Amino acid sequence: MTGLRLDRMIWLALPAVAYLVIVYALPLLWLLGRSVTGPDGFTLAQFTDFFADPFSWRVMGNTLRIAFWVTLVALVIGYPVAIAMARARGLMQVLLLVAMILPLSIGVVVKAFAWQIVLRRDGVISQGLVASGIWSEPQRLLFTEAGLILGATNVFLPFMILPIYSVVKLIDPRLTEAGATLGASPLYRFRKILLPLTLPGIVSGSAFVFSMSVSMFVIPSLLIGDRFQTLATLTGRSYLLMRNEALGSTTAVILLVIAVSIVVVSTWLSKRIGRSL
Amino acid sequence: MTGIERITSALVWAMAALAIVFLLTPLVVTVAVSFGSSAVFTLPPPGWSLRWYERVWTTRGLWASLMTSVQIAGLATAISLVLGTLCAIALVRGRFAGRDAIATFLVSPLMVPGLVVGIAMLQGFKLVGLREAWPSLLVAHVVITMPYVVRTVLASLSLFDFTLIDAARTLGCSYGQALRKVMAPALAPAFLTSGMFAFLASMDNYPVSIFFTDAWTKTLPLQMLQLVEERPDPTIAAVSTGLIVLAIVVLIIGDRLVGLRRLADF
Repeated sequence: MTGLRLDRMIWLALPAVAYLVIVYALPLLWLLGRSVTGPDGFTLAQFTDFFADPFSWRVMGNTLRIAFWVTLVALVIGYPVAIAMARARGLMQVLLLVAMILPLSIGVVVKAFAWQIVLRRDGVISQGLVASGIWSEPQRLLFTEAGLILGATNVFLPFMILPIYSVVKLIDPRLTEAGATLGASPLYRFRKILLPLTLPGIVSGSAFVFSMSVSMFVIPSLLIGDRFQTLATLTGRSYLLMRNEALGSTTAVILLVIAVSIVVVSTWLSKRIGRSL
Repeated sequence: MTGIERITSALVWAMAALAIVFLLTPLVVTVAVSFGSSAVFTLPPPGWSLRWYERVWTTRGLWASLMTSVQIAGLATAISLVLGTLCAIALVRGRFAGRDAIATFLVSPLMVPGLVVGIAMLQGFKLVGLREAWPSLLVAHVVITMPYVVRTVLASLSLFDFTLIDAARTLGCSYGQALRKVMAPALAPAFLTSGMFAFLASMDNYPVSIFFTDAWTKTLPLQMLQLVEERPDPTIAAVSTGLIVLAIVVLIIGDRLVGLRRLADF
């Protein structure tokens, strides 16, 4: 290549790497560094103070509980849908792909706004449940945890389905047929063939959805309001409204630690799965 | 097929149909509300009207914020495409240590919560004295768009056969011509897909942008958030319907050029 030595190619990588180091990595390290330094050097006082307050534990609990439910619901809905997507042909396939990609193209603000309308006392869900006799009178789902979980699942569902879909479509359908020919029961085939092969997709999809649910900000502020605080809403509020930068940077660092742990755990899990296959 | 298989298969398809309805619900609601005559979001609407579309033209700040968003997203995507592609070429072709680490690093902004990136940048920019909203937004949005480009172009380049460039040169092309006539067309789908996702990610971003706006410079999601919080009326739905139509047009073009299935390759 025009005399360019292969190890000299690093110069092509340099602009992008330098850019991200300066604009993104250094500020993150600065944020981390400042959160563990006090007037007398290294200290964890910011964090011990934060966790000494019962309110903080409630906020942590809210954050992790909502993220757990959103991930679980997204997995239960997303898994069969990913399988259907890999098998679908013709119109059904087009519909599924469009339903997956089109919502990604409208902003999360718009989606949260639409869910505000759906979850109202006179909204579609309430009307439907009353009409079908499940609810005796109209109820408001807006500003409840159930409403928040429903709205967040809706926004993040494609990020569960697409990673699972991308592993399902690589599975040779003859594998399960071979299992059937050899007399394995459907449940046994699912447990021994489909589930292990799709596990990497489940891990990465769940990691995506959990991570996004932990750090979502606009969805909770529009669907559940200020009385219910999560780490992300508290971080945003303490910077933008309360001008309490000390609290904000503490919660931001906790958010960062959670996000990094999710990446580490999911990478470790996928490696383990890869070895055991 | 045994009985159990028939039941599970039926369940899978029922779930898929339900998921389509579920995923499209916010879009359908938005479109329905935007054409309704009522200001209080009753569904189904008592009557139909176009008044909210007329409102879009007169709502202050909406067009300005749309222009800001499109400019920032377009420029940030273009910068990321250039820097990201150069870097991807180096990572695929180069023989130097730490290539995997560099790739992970460049994609990592996807996994770090946007709010945390935003706060870190806010403090960093303050430190170096960058205070104007517009340049701050642009500098920040390049970080948001970069991972999409690096991820997709890297995947596409690692499938590209570089001996084709040598072949083209043997057949009389200059190096530049070989890149333009052989490599660029092979990478075009990757540029298109990653460019589209990068552009959308920037257009839709609020957790980073929220720290870099001022009274005059707002991005579209922030302007809409402000409208939703202060004066919710179906004007927002009308704007969103416009964006949905735009997205459908882009999807149709994307389908014609690279195919829907490729777009779903996540």
